[in-house]
Amino acid sequence: MTGKDDVAHMEEELPLGELPLDAWHRGKGARMVGFAGYHMPIQYEGIMAEHSWTREHAGLFDVSHMGQLSFSDEAQGQAVDAALELLLPSDIKGLKPFRQRYSMLLDQDGGILDDLMVSRPGDGAFDGAAIYMVVNGATKYDDIGWMIEHLPDDVTMNHMEDQALLALQGPEAGEALATLIPGTADLIFMQSGLFDWQGAPLWISRSGYTGEDGFEISVPGDAVVALADALCALPQVKPIGLGARDSLRLEAGLPLYGHDLSPAVSTIGADLGFAIQKRRREEGGFIGHARVMKELADGPGAKRVGIAIEGRLPAREGAPIFANGIQTGEVTSGGFAPSVGAPIAMGWVSLPDSAIGTALEIEVRGKRIAATVAPMPFVPHRYRRKA
Amino acid sequence: MSRYFTDEHEWIDVDGDIATVGITDYAQEQLGDIVFVELPDEGATFEKGDDAAVVESVKAASDVYAPISGEVVESNGALEDEPALVNSDAEEDGWFFKLRIADASELEGLMTESAYKKFVASL
Repeated sequence: MTGKDDVAHMEEELPLGELPLDAWHRGKGARMVGFAGYHMPIQYEGIMAEHSWTREHAGLFDVSHMGQLSFSDEAQGQAVDAALELLLPSDIKGLKPFRQRYSMLLDQDGGILDDLMVSRPGDGAFDGAAIYMVVNGATKYDDIGWMIEHLPDDVTMNHMEDQALLALQGPEAGEALATLIPGTADLIFMQSGLFDWQGAPLWISRSGYTGEDGFEISVPGDAVVALADALCALPQVKPIGLGARDSLRLEAGLPLYGHDLSPAVSTIGADLGFAIQKRRREEGGFIGHARVMKELADGPGAKRVGIAIEGRLPAREGAPIFANGIQTGEVTSGGFAPSVGAPIAMGWVSLPDSAIGTALEIEVRGKRIAATVAPMPFVPHRYRRKA
Repeated sequence: MSRYFTDEHEWIDVDGDIATVGITDYAQEQLGDIVFVELPDEGATFEKGDDAAVVESVKAASDVYAPISGEVVESNGALEDEPALVNSDAEEDGWFFKLRIADASELEGLMTESAYKKFVASL
């Protein structure tokens, strides 16, 4: 038996790094794999069980491989805001303290270099930085290089390599975290705050990448083992691996960089236009603006869509997609969806074939299987939008 | 009846000229939750080492090779409705297919149960 589509294809050839929770994962029985340059847990007790636990209770994910960056200046943040509005298509100047936004880095042609979260710290978090940013692990060094090239000298970017990042996700995440840190109960979706836990400063945002309510917690690396232990001691919480993280985000319709998003595709085609606020569309002034405006006017050539698959055979990344017998695109993420109970996929198809309900065929091992363009998310989001 | 094993983590029960093939408990454990098994059609013939079946776990698709040459006489229809049988009972009810053995001498290169256990322990 040979895995032909294993996570191994994501492994890097450089020696793998160790994250602060490495020994902790192994102690919990995790199976470790190479991912984004680090040893990471793919699963503990099994992907299906971990997936379902997160949908029903609360799952703890170690996402310390992601890049945590802070940006500061000597001008109360004005230089940072101006510089980041050149790099990001989102409204940074209008981002209020304790608020977070989804955004991306675009290249000169409007191709997506990475997707990311950007937030405005408050209460002096991150040494009073004007902006806190979380970028993908596999792309963080490229992102840093790109930004250094484009940032003016009066803006300082700090890669906080000693900072760990946890995500606590699921319908019981709120009550679980509130038992350790009561103030977190008041946070709403995409809102953040600075909290103290046993002397460690935690920057906590109500957000995540599973479609469930939950939190992302930036914690000093030397406090993360104690925090992970305290969280997993709660009856609602179990550690969850990368395998379930992938199936959860796919069901939630959330794109994964390096798979569903790449420099070859655009923001509008990716259906991520919500990240570009009205003022930015109108005024421009960011790298990649021309492509965005052209595609808003004329439509993108191809679109990212959700795909429901008939039968039980999963279609995976790279499988060609056909409409009326002609290839129209390719699957970019696919697999069995535990909460749907069927295989689902995300893929890119030509614009005329992207309408919900369009009949498609996907080729898997020489066979064409029936599929349909489906609305996303596949499992409804359950974000906590109101207090 | 004798049971043989391969270094590709398959087991083969030989009864007369019929060989029943499945994957080992070690293999199912490594694959994780199995969600689909693609089985060969009755009458298909394989040379030793041909792709004979595909097992899909939540995370990946893996090939299952024909451990010996032969003609498929039966596939395990129970796996179509319940692929998780491979997880729960890999070495009995979770069998994949039965072959009419083309060349019994191919069995000579396979491992016994104790040799396979040693092989797995060395991984």
